[in-house]
Amino acid sequence: MSQTDLAAPTQGTGWRAWLLSDTPTSRRHAKVASLYQSWLQFRGNPMAMFGLMILVALVLIAAFASFISPYDPFVQELGNRLQPPGAEGHILGTDSLGRDLLSRIIYGSRITLYIVTLVAIIAPLIGLFVGTVAGYAGGFLDVVLMRITDIFLAFPRLVLALAFVAALGAGIENAVLAISLTAWPPYARIARAETLTIRNSDYIHAVRLQGAGALRIITKHIWPLCISSLIIRVTLDMAGIILAAAGLGFLGLGAQPPSPEWGAMVSDGRKFILDHWWVATIPGLAIFIVSLAFNLLGDGLRDVLDPKESGE
Amino acid sequence: MSGIILKDLDVWFGQGANRVDAVKNANFAVPLGESFGLVGESGSGKSTILRAITGLAETWSGTIIIDGKTLGHKRDSEFYKTVQMVFQDPYASLHPRHTVDQVLSETLSLHGFDDIENRIDKLLLDVGLGPSFRFRYPHQLSGGQRQRVAIARALAPEPRILLLDEPTSALDVSVQAEILNLLTDLRAQRGLTFLMVSHDLSVVSHMCSRMAVMQNGYIVEILSVEDMRGQNASHPYTRHLLASSLGFTSSEAAQ
Repeated sequence: MSQTDLAAPTQGTGWRAWLLSDTPTSRRHAKVASLYQSWLQFRGNPMAMFGLMILVALVLIAAFASFISPYDPFVQELGNRLQPPGAEGHILGTDSLGRDLLSRIIYGSRITLYIVTLVAIIAPLIGLFVGTVAGYAGGFLDVVLMRITDIFLAFPRLVLALAFVAALGAGIENAVLAISLTAWPPYARIARAETLTIRNSDYIHAVRLQGAGALRIITKHIWPLCISSLIIRVTLDMAGIILAAAGLGFLGLGAQPPSPEWGAMVSDGRKFILDHWWVATIPGLAIFIVSLAFNLLGDGLRDVLDPKESGE
Repeated sequence: MSGIILKDLDVWFGQGANRVDAVKNANFAVPLGESFGLVGESGSGKSTILRAITGLAETWSGTIIIDGKTLGHKRDSEFYKTVQMVFQDPYASLHPRHTVDQVLSETLSLHGFDDIENRIDKLLLDVGLGPSFRFRYPHQLSGGQRQRVAIARALAPEPRILLLDEPTSALDVSVQAEILNLLTDLRAQRGLTFLMVSHDLSVVSHMCSRMAVMQNGYIVEILSVEDMRGQNASHPYTRHLLASSLGFTSSEAAQ
């Protein structure tokens, strides 16, 4: 519906007409046109665009951190410690060791993106694999895989992550691993539920009648349909993942000092929170803004990728 | 030479107390080149027979002989090159994220054909769709166009036997006629054997030369279309079906 509405005023101009064509002329054309129509739909959602813009800004900040940040994030200047925001030379103030908070926030964005990207790759992949195999195979394999999933689901997430980190040692890589290992079970459940509805549909029967094997059906026919709901769920979970990473950092089990990880920075500022509120508040605000951006983006993606769930 | 022979075919779903016998003791033979209909009301087991033949329904007993070969419970690729099926609902039988091109090229490569590019164009022309439809997604096609794509997919391995599961019941009347004519033409061109399920007696009488009437999982009667047109049915259920399909205006003719 909305695609044809959007298509109407743009007919006629060169590349747009090509992108909105109803009769694509090559494989790539069909793919690009379908992506462009999703983009048009996504662009119509201002809140989602706002979220996307924040995240694009975050990526740019992380990429150009060494050019933007006014100071080295690790250089201590004890004479200048605990300066309030707006102090001369330090827009966001300084922390207990006199390090510039703005520079630390800017460099911390790299760590946040690193954690988020790794978790967003590892956890949904495990979940997708376990869920689709369990759902498609059924029977004994389904029971075994889903009971393992249930065991992981039964643990509180942060507690299990704490146990993993305690066993593997503190550090950012182990925090990523611990968060991923605790984040996959919900994805496995979603992927399995989707697979159960897809596996008995006529288009799967049809490809079985062409002699396709289970591996081809799962990877080429079931995965493309599961991935959109997983992307939505991952984006909406991203806030929780950032908070879990920050939580591990706060507890001293994630990033180690002097790393400018936002959770660890909040933890640092906790000691001075009554007299020097900004030391904990500013990294907290950064966590809040990025989490919010991921939630807005997730909502927008849901409208585009899964119109059924968005309630429209 | 017989294309399809069923002997004492039973098909059931579930186990123990939940067991439902969908098809009971079905026997019929369809010679190669014939078009055979299966009629009956919903739930009478028509589609289940097709699913047992294709292997989609796995719990069956009896004998199924296709093109001289007795089938086991596993189907091999040779079988899928001989027998293909067109599903009832073209809105459900095409993968929503695959273009027409993907559907057909995957089918062709699974059957080990080369020269896929030309074959796709030819298949699309054969089912009355031009090359402009090749890169469309199912949501860019109408119901009739989708069913043509589904027919092209079924024809891709060049089968000799086509199983049709109510291929027009999800389409509106004018499109139904187009699809039925297309199927008739394709059958004439390729010498296909049809096994067609329908609840619509007029469709079956248009397409088939003989038909089996099913009720509650049993085949109650096998009769020719001439007998049906001449109201020469022997089983009371068949007479009842004929009478109800004639409607109110000529109900006395059914007496």
